Order: sequence, then C-alpha cells, then structure tokens
Amino acid sequence: MAESAMLDLRDLRKTFNPGTVVEKKALDGVNLTLQKGDFVTVIGGNGAGKSTMLNAVAGTFPIDTGAVFLGGRDVTHLPEHRRAAFLGRVFQDPMTGTAASMNIEENLALALRRGQRRSLRWGITQKERGIYREKLSSLNLGLEDRMGSKVGLLSGGQRQALTLLMATLKEPELLLLDEHTAALDPKTAEKVLQLTSGLIREGGLTALMVTHNMRDALAMGNRLIMMHEGRIILDLGAEEKRNMTVEDLLLKFEEASGQALANDRMLLAT
Amino acid sequence: MNISQLLNQLPGAVAQGLIWGIMAIGVYITFRILDIADLTVDGSIATGGAVAAILITNGVHPWLAVLIAFLVGMAAGAVTGVFHTVMGIPGILAGILTQLALYSVNLRIQGIGTDLGSRANVPMSINKYKDMLVSLRNVGRFALDNPIWLLLLITAVLIGVMYWFFGTEYGCGLRAVGANQQMARAQGINTGVGKVIGLMISNGLVAFSGALMAQYQGFADVSMGRGAIVIGLAAVIIGEVLFGKIFRNFALRLLAVSFGAIIYYLVIQVVLWLGLNTDDLKLLTALVVALFLAMPFWKTQIAAWRLKGGRQHG
Ligand SMILES: Nc1ncnc2c1ncn2[C@@H]1O[C@H](COP(=O)(O)OP(=O)(O)OP(=O)(O)O)[C@@H](O)[C@H]1O
Ligand SMILES: [Mg+2]
Repeated sequence: MAESAMLDLRDLRKTFNPGTVVEKKALDGVNLTLQKGDFVTVIGGNGAGKSTMLNAVAGTFPIDTGAVFLGGRDVTHLPEHRRAAFLGRVFQDPMTGTAASMNIEENLALALRRGQRRSLRWGITQKERGIYREKLSSLNLGLEDRMGSKVGLLSGGQRQALTLLMATLKEPELLLLDEHTAALDPKTAEKVLQLTSGLIREGGLTALMVTHNMRDALAMGNRLIMMHEGRIILDLGAEEKRNMTVEDLLLKFEEASGQALANDRMLLAT
Repeated sequence: MNISQLLNQLPGAVAQGLIWGIMAIGVYITFRILDIADLTVDGSIATGGAVAAILITNGVHPWLAVLIAFLVGMAAGAVTGVFHTVMGIPGILAGILTQLALYSVNLRIQGIGTDLGSRANVPMSINKYKDMLVSLRNVGRFALDNPIWLLLLITAVLIGVMYWFFGTEYGCGLRAVGANQQMARAQGINTGVGKVIGLMISNGLVAFSGALMAQYQGFADVSMGRGAIVIGLAAVIIGEVLFGKIFRNFALRLLAVSFGAIIYYLVIQVVLWLGLNTDDLKLLTALVVALFLAMPFWKTQIAAWRLKGGRQHG
C-alpha cells in the first residue's frame, strides 16, 4: 500500500528549541497517507502544527524521528532543494513564492526547470514564452502583457496567482498550499481559490491545503484533516465531509480535542 | 594649479577607473546580485596583484599570469563561501576572516623565491618586463599602446561574458538565490552552492583586476587593497544613481558600474587638483559612500512620513 501512495508520513515528530524554556513540541506523531489525486484540506488552531507538517514534507528543517515518503521514495534525509523536484509550493506570504527583483517570465522559467540540472543554455527560450503567455492569460489578470515586468510590482493576489502557476507549471507529485489566501482580501482570495481548484482538477494533482476558512475546507477537496497539538485528531472522507456543516465541524473538533477551536484568522462562515 | 595639470591627469584617472571598474563588477555580483556584503575583496585584490607580480617577474607571460590570478581569486572566494555556508558564519564576518588570512598569504606569495620567504612589495618595471598588458607609462599618449584601449576591450568582453552567464539557466538560478532564498530552494536550487559559486566568480574578477592594477602601477603591494570594498561600492552606487533610470538592461547596468568607477577616479583627480590632501581621500570616500548607502533608507522614511501626513490631512 505505502509503495503506491503519493505521500506517506510515518510517525513524524519535531520539537523546536529542545531543552530550553521555549521548547515546543510542534509535531507529536503525525501519520498520514495520501493517494494519487487526493486533495486534502487541513484545519486546526493556531500553533497546531499545520505549517510544521507541510515544512517537514518540504524538508525545510530536519525532523527528529519518523519518515517521509514521496511517491514511494524515502525522502526523509533529502535536502529541501532536492525534494523540490517533487513538490509545488505556495506560501502564506505572497512575497515568499516569487523573486521580486526578477521579471514574470524569468520567475516562470525558474519554475519550469524545478528539480532539473541547470545548464549553461540560455535561461528562457522563445518557445516557452508562448506557453507562459497562454497560461498567464488563463488567469485573466492581464499578466500576459506584462511578462517583462518585475514581480515586485505586482499585487499580493497577482503574486499568489503567479506562484500557483509556477508551482504547477512542472507537474508536482504533491502540491503544498499553506494558507495561501490568508494575506489576501476576500474577493482576491476567492479568485485565487477558484484558480487553485481549477488547476488541481485539470491536472489531477495531489494536494495538501491548509486553510483557516472552515467553509472552504469543507467545500474543497475530497478529504479533510484536523490538527491539534501536533497530531491529526480528525480525518474525514469525501462522504462525511459532504454532509457536514461548519457547526458540525466545530463540534467534532471539541469532541476530539476537548476544547474549542481557536484560530485568530479563522473564518467560521461568511 | 593650472588646468593643463588637471587635464594631464585625466587619462590616468580613466585607466585607473577602468581597472577598478572590473573590481567593482565583482562587487556588484556579490552586493547586488547575491545580496552579500563581501569584504574578502580587500584581500583578494592584493592576492591578484601578488600572484601576477610573482609570476611575471619569474618569466610567466602576463596573460597567463592574470588568468592564474583569476583562479586564485576564485579560490579565495570559495574559502569565504565555505566559511559562510558550511560553517554558518555571517557573510560579512566570513569575508573579514578571509581578508585577514589573505594578508599573510599575500606576503607569502610575494615572498616566493626570497630568503625571508615573505615580502610586502614586488616591483616590476615595464622596462624590464616589456610585454606587461598595461602600464601607466603610456597612458598619456594617444597611441595604440595606451592601456586604455586594452582596458576598454577587456571591460567590454567581461560585461558580455557576465551578461551571457547571468542569462543562462544556471545564472538565472544564482540571481534567484540572491533575490529570494526560500523561493530558490522551493525551485530546487542549492542556495549554499549558489552563494559559493557567486563569491568565487566575484573574487576571481577582483583578483583579475588586482593583477592588472599591479602591472599598471608597476608593483604589487600587500596593502593595495585597503578600502577596496568601499571604492567598489562607490562605483556601484555612482553608476546606479547616475544611470539607474536609463540603464535597465543587465549589460548596461554592469557598464554603469564601470562608468561609476571611472567617474569616481575623475572626481578624485578634481578634488586633489582643488587642493585636497591625498591622506584625507579615504575619509572623504567613506563619507560619500555612507551618504549614498543611506539614500534608499531615507527615501522610505520620507515616503512613510509623507503617507502619515497625507492621512492626517485627508
Ligand atoms: N522555526 C520554528 N522555531 C521555533 N518554533 C516554531 C518554529 N516553527 C513553528 N514553531 C512552533 O511550533 C508550533 C506549531 O507551529 P505551526 O506554524 O506549525 O502552527 P500552525 O498550525 O501552522 O499555526 P497557524 O495557524 O498559526 O499558522 C507553534 O507553537 C510554533 O510557535
Ligand atoms: Mg501556519
């Protein structure tokens, strides 16, 4: 089974600043298996360990114990830049996913070569430009006419849309989205979410999406997991998810964790 | 203090500016592209001079000598890179450590073949080593052996090569490392290796410039790099301030750096002509560079202050 899984997390544990007064157990035995095509939404309170779990998959830091398998490969000891070959990532901060001082097409060209050896061939070809233009115009943001503009000139929403495009330009085995709409205004967030759904659906991508919006967590994807104190405390399949309201979900959380869900960015309904 | 005295100095200032411009392009690579303030250069420029001088005075052809100087400079950059990425030492400190170490290394290089095994200065007269690439002896003459022509050619080729390199897949990756490390890693770029490579290229160019400088002035000296980083930064900043608005293309930006170095030396000649004491030059340079480095910071402060004021009134 584990061999065919796209992602397999086995008993992940991570403690930050061990042995100090600020010691923090961020992951306390996380087990999770995603099959190809799974689109899993992740919710949980502040400090529940959601970002830490995604970062452990991406290899941002070494984990204490446990193992990470991507597409059947043990990547536990692979450095972040090597795992990048398998991963598409979009971060909460729109500044993080793109290089502000480089222009739009250069950012896309970097992303097209994710995980490949970078040669001394010219960094961007004329043929690629056509592909970029096409993909950018599908965003409906007018970016296809600004391919030579520095990304630093774009708005947060435009940068997130571009980052999404970059993350999926070379098909990732797993797409990691960490509250990638949290820094955007509601209207822009909605647009970026639609784009996210579209890209995942069209590409048949496997994805893990952290969100603070319970409604989105229920509406999107085919599975929902809830984290609390470094553990996955609830795992809902497509069926269960479909018939659930935000209120049901909050109740479930209280049952499973013994306390009310607290997240300062949480949007309960709207 | 007549004007012809000044005019006589100008060709020399241009030649010096061109040589320092090569060094400043190296500084641009670390400071602007990689976002590292690399102080190795004060040492590696003298290393370049030392290597070239010891090779030329031992009969090696000057072209081969500058090539080897370039490679030794790359090695110096690699040391700083390893200090920084493998040993986790902050970039500035890593550069200072290498710079300090290079002072001893340079004395030793220059001492090769001497009884003491260490020497602070290596003279090499153009009269004796006639095929040296550049020499200040010819700088005042309008002739083919005026060093300015060759320096212009070298600068043009160098800018061309850098333009090509930073346009390649690999070069774009290096630019990403300087622009946003998190993004670079997410795109599969090894940021540690990238920084080491960038530091190597930069210090290679700096040593190359030192090798030319030693020939131009007719000697290599262990202290010829003192304050080099500040002159390099001055060139970068002058270039940006004067040409930043019109030079958008990467090659033109590098050209602006070279222009910046030339302008720096022209201005120096003028202020010296106006009566400034040579001893006070470094003080003046440091203050001017500090002022220009403060500009972007002040600009944002003023913008923020204006924004606040605007809100209160509107
Ligand atoms: N690099 C780090 N160093 C120290 N502590 C960290 C680090 N990263 C995360 N933590 C701590 O680990 C815990 C889990 O953090 P994490 O960012 O994974 O939470 P989260 O579920 O993403 O929360 P949020 O909803 O606030 O984003 C928190 O207590 C956090 O302070
Ligand atoms: Mg988080």
